[in-house]
Amino acid sequence: MIGIIGYGTQIPRYRIKVEEIAKVWGADASAIKRGLNLNEKSVPAPDEDCATLSVNAALNALKRASIDPKKIGAVYVGSESHPYAVKPTGTIVSEALGICPRVHTADLEFACKAGTEGMFIALQLVKSGAVTCALAIGADTSQGAPGDALEYSASAGAAAFIMGAENLIAELVETDCYMTDTPDFWRRENAHYPEHGGRFTGEPAYMKHVTGAVLAILEKTGTKPEDFDYLIFHQPNGKFPVQVAKKLGFKEPQYRYGLLTPTLGNTYSGSSPMGLAATLDEAKPDQTILLVSYGSGAGSDAFIFRTTERLLKVRKHAPKVRKQLDEHRYYLEYGAYAKFRRKILKPE
Amino acid sequence: MNVPKHWRAIPERYRMEAGKCRKCGEISFPSRLICPACNHNEFDLVNLSGKGKLLTHTIIRTAPEGFGDFAPYAVGIVELEEGVRIMGQITDCDPEKLKTGDKLTSKFRRMNEEGKTGMIMYSYKFVPDIGI
Ligand SMILES: [Zn+2]
Repeated sequence: MIGIIGYGTQIPRYRIKVEEIAKVWGADASAIKRGLNLNEKSVPAPDEDCATLSVNAALNALKRASIDPKKIGAVYVGSESHPYAVKPTGTIVSEALGICPRVHTADLEFACKAGTEGMFIALQLVKSGAVTCALAIGADTSQGAPGDALEYSASAGAAAFIMGAENLIAELVETDCYMTDTPDFWRRENAHYPEHGGRFTGEPAYMKHVTGAVLAILEKTGTKPEDFDYLIFHQPNGKFPVQVAKKLGFKEPQYRYGLLTPTLGNTYSGSSPMGLAATLDEAKPDQTILLVSYGSGAGSDAFIFRTTERLLKVRKHAPKVRKQLDEHRYYLEYGAYAKFRRKILKPE
Repeated sequence: MNVPKHWRAIPERYRMEAGKCRKCGEISFPSRLICPACNHNEFDLVNLSGKGKLLTHTIIRTAPEGFGDFAPYAVGIVELEEGVRIMGQITDCDPEKLKTGDKLTSKFRRMNEEGKTGMIMYSYKFVPDIGI
C-alpha cells in the first residue's frame, strides 16, 4: 500500500475582489462574478513567490507526516511561475526542509497540471521502492495580462503532499490520465503574460481532457460517479468544474469541500491539489476521493484515494485550507495590487 | 556579488539552524566555533522553532536599496521559545498595530534580490502567530 502520509498548504493573506479589477477596466463585475462563479482571488505579498509558498506548504505537510525529513528521497515542485527560468525551485525547498543532500529533484512545468504530475511521479517512486518517501508540490503565483479575463482569476497558493508506504492518511487506489497536444494556452520565452485561445479553452481543451480522464479511471476501476464520496476537479474558474461534474453525473455534495475558486481564484498548479487538501481537512476515514487535474497544452491526471483512520489523528497538526482562505484577509486596491505584482514600470 | 555570503548563510536563513553547546546547552544563532557561555567547542545543530514574542521594533519608512517596495515595514527583535533573541523583518501585518509582547512565528520569505537578473535571496521573516 502506498499513498499520502502528510499534506499542507499555504495561501497568501492578501486578496483582491472582482469589483476592484473590473472598476479599473470598465468591465461589468456582476456579469463576471456570475459568469465565472468567482468573487475574489488571493494575491501574493511582494516577498512571496512559488518557492516561499512551496516551502511553507511543505513545512505544514511535514508537521502532519511527522517524519525525519531525511527520509524524503525525491522532491518535485510543479509550477508555471518558478522564480528562476534556470535554477531549480526544488533545491530551495529541499534545503529549507533539511532534506539535502541525498535527494532527487527537478522542477516540473505543465501549465496547471504540473502539481499532480509531481504527485504521480512521487507516488510511483515510492511504489517502486526507489525512495522511502517523496514530496510533491503544486505552487503558483500566476499572472493574467492587465484587463484580460485571466486577471480576475490568476491567484497564488501552494499545496504539498508527502507520499510514503507507512502510516498512510489516504491510500492510493488507482491513477490514470488523458493527454493530447492542444494549444489552448501558452507563454513564450520572455513574454510577461500568457496568451490563450479564448472560448477554445473550454470544450476542446478543459472539458474534453477532464472528461477523458474521468471516463478512463471509471472504466479502469469499474466504478460509477455515485461511488465517490468526494470529487475535486481543476478549477480555472468556478463554472467549468461544476459544468463538467454535473454533465458526468456527479452532484454538488461531492465537490462541496473541494471547490475553492469562488474565493481563492485559480492557483494553477496548486488548484486541484489545494482542493484535495481542503477535502482531506473534512473527510471521514474510509471515504473515497476522486481527484482530476487539468493543464493547458493539454492533459488531465486522475487519482482515486481512500482515506484512513490516521487522517483524523494528523490533520490538527497544521492549519486547514479554509482557515488560510477565510481568516485574516487584507483586501487590496488595484494600485497596491499592481505594485505587489510588479505591473508598474519603474526606473532600474 | 553577494552569492558566497548568502550561500554561507543558507542553513540559518532557510531553516534557522543554530548550535547547541554540548557542555552547557547554550544555543547560539547562528552556530559558532566557541560557546560564548562556557568556551566549549562542540555543538549539536538544531533548528529553532521560529515561535516567540516581540521584544521591540521600529518601522522603516526610508528603506535601503532593494527593500523600497516593502516600505513602510517593521523590523524587530523577537525572543524565541528557546530563549534566543533574533532580529528580523515582520511581514503580513499592519506595522502600525504591532506592539511589544505580540506572538510571532517565522515564515520562509523572499528577503531581497540582486536586481532583476541576479540571485534571489530567501530567509526567515516573522509574521503574527495566528495559526495560519
Ligand atoms: Zn557552552
